[in-house]
Amino acid sequence: MTEKVLMKGNEAMAESALRAGCRFFFGYPITPQTELAAYMSKRMPLIGGTYLQAESEVSAINMVYGAAAAGARVMTSSSSPGISLKSEGISYMAGSDLPGVIINVQRGGPGLGSIQPSQSDYWQATRATGHGDFQIVVYAPSTVQEMCDCVYSAFDTADKYRIPVMILADGMLGQMMEPVVLPDKIDFCDLPDKPWATTGHGHKRSHNIVNSLYLTAEELEDLNIERYKRYELIKQNEQKAEQFLTEDADIVLVAFGASARIARSAVVAARGEGIKAGLLRPITLWPFPVDAVKDTFDSAKIYLTVEMNMGQMVDDVKLAVNGKRPVEFYGRTGGVIPTPAETLEKIREINERIGE
Amino acid sequence: MIDQNKEAKIVYQRPHALLPVVTNYCPGCTHGIINRLIAEVMDELDIEGKTIGVAPVGCAVTSYAFYGCDMIEAAHGRAPAVATAVKRVHPDNVVFSYQGDGDLASIGMCETIHAAARGEKNTVIFINNAIYGMTGGQMAPTSLPNQVTQTSPYGRDVLKAGYPIRVCELLSSLDGVAYLERVCADSPKNVRKAKKAIKKAIQTQMEGKGYSLVEIVATCPTNWGMTPQESFEWMRENMLPSYPLGVYKEVVAEGYENAAAAAQARAVCCPIAQSKNAE
Repeated sequence: MTEKVLMKGNEAMAESALRAGCRFFFGYPITPQTELAAYMSKRMPLIGGTYLQAESEVSAINMVYGAAAAGARVMTSSSSPGISLKSEGISYMAGSDLPGVIINVQRGGPGLGSIQPSQSDYWQATRATGHGDFQIVVYAPSTVQEMCDCVYSAFDTADKYRIPVMILADGMLGQMMEPVVLPDKIDFCDLPDKPWATTGHGHKRSHNIVNSLYLTAEELEDLNIERYKRYELIKQNEQKAEQFLTEDADIVLVAFGASARIARSAVVAARGEGIKAGLLRPITLWPFPVDAVKDTFDSAKIYLTVEMNMGQMVDDVKLAVNGKRPVEFYGRTGGVIPTPAETLEKIREINERIGE
Repeated sequence: MIDQNKEAKIVYQRPHALLPVVTNYCPGCTHGIINRLIAEVMDELDIEGKTIGVAPVGCAVTSYAFYGCDMIEAAHGRAPAVATAVKRVHPDNVVFSYQGDGDLASIGMCETIHAAARGEKNTVIFINNAIYGMTGGQMAPTSLPNQVTQTSPYGRDVLKAGYPIRVCELLSSLDGVAYLERVCADSPKNVRKAKKAIKKAIQTQMEGKGYSLVEIVATCPTNWGMTPQESFEWMRENMLPSYPLGVYKEVVAEGYENAAAAAQARAVCCPIAQSKNAE
């Protein structure tokens, strides 16, 4: 039986995590992810789970590290400045091959920035979520339904590859209400075994160690190379993107999350004016959906990324396009949301240029 | 051939919970003794199979490899947060963290205080040797006034670098704490006392009474620039007056069932604190 309810994005992500079997949540208050932690604090005690408000973001992510090491499905949520604080712990999770889900309901930056929606942590999420050679999987949902679905599958992806997974949302998606069909509650018997977890060995196996320290450089090199082989598998298997009217598009907009909603409206309006525009919407930011970009080569004359930042995704699109087409950018930053009209104006301007 | 050991009785051997590995500790330092005491306690309480230890960053950074129980290596100072979550996931297991003064009282002070305030049912073994050992002898939060270190080459100037932190005294004001004791391991007698304290701390945890911490005043002959014998002398002369040995909190000895009951008794005049959830 499907259950359709009207929910805020932040609450839908929390409920989805519970249905995916997450029984441990460690957080610290920050706007605009507030509803998520509040929802967890209300629900967890009623279902035998743990909601714990940590003393800091730093502590919260290290609690995630501990719970993940202990074999639990675990999540934390924060917003941009708080994610910076968590980056040390995310690096340790990656270095210890620990699964866990981290939600970033982004706001404008840098520094304390603003509390309005932004996508300015793209580079942080996809390039440098902490020190060292590592990647994390990054999902960028653009509807409340997709926030729910991404969180649900994030736990499986995290367990499957023993990797931290981030949901890169933003203040607009987090605060927005939409109807959502909630996923079925997971059967705990279906959860994967974690023979590596530190659970107390009961003298039935040798002791498990969860650790990211390797004092022999060659040993660490081997482990990093091994981990990157896993990353290649993720690149092969986990790329996700949505194509909207790209089949015959001259101008392919590339946008994720909240800005993809705006880009979509602009594409529909452009089509109404006879402009052949389409939208490629990455759902995974890492791995970046390079295969989907390649699918658009046949028709695309130019790419336009639409972002709520200073153009952080442009490089990834350029890498996927590999110099074959020009890549341009339109965006607003600091917590300002671009309008469909502004975006349409940019499409018109490009269309005139490429029509010449 | 006559087996001369046939009639022999084993009176001393490696504890089962201590693995036959070479440690990285310098000669004359008491980390090795304390590691052994923890393992002996695990054996005596038969808890190696249900214990999960959390190693620090510092001289004991590779101690995850020394114990037979499951082990986790934490980021610098974050062991209390890691241990908190492990215990929440496995409340019937025994969880301990092992931390030095830089790890616990400097970079990890926030985590330390809050884990204690929450009354996490974990045990902390805190080694206070008044210096950063692993990184080569820098000033620690517990370095004594005028103590010369690599980063206080003219001696710790308290007017500029502030005063040392007394961890047991500091934590003793927190309601979540059930048991705090400061010991040292400079003599057979004190080693026995240290073991007794570690055992009591673990039992405090197992009985669900609240947070427990044992501070061990220790030596660092390498970075103090002394022989082991000299360093024990220096410790007794200078550290023990600053860090007096003894029990700093023991709610059971004060007549309370546990830390929560002691906290509720202290808040008897505060209606809202008389919570229905308090044990």
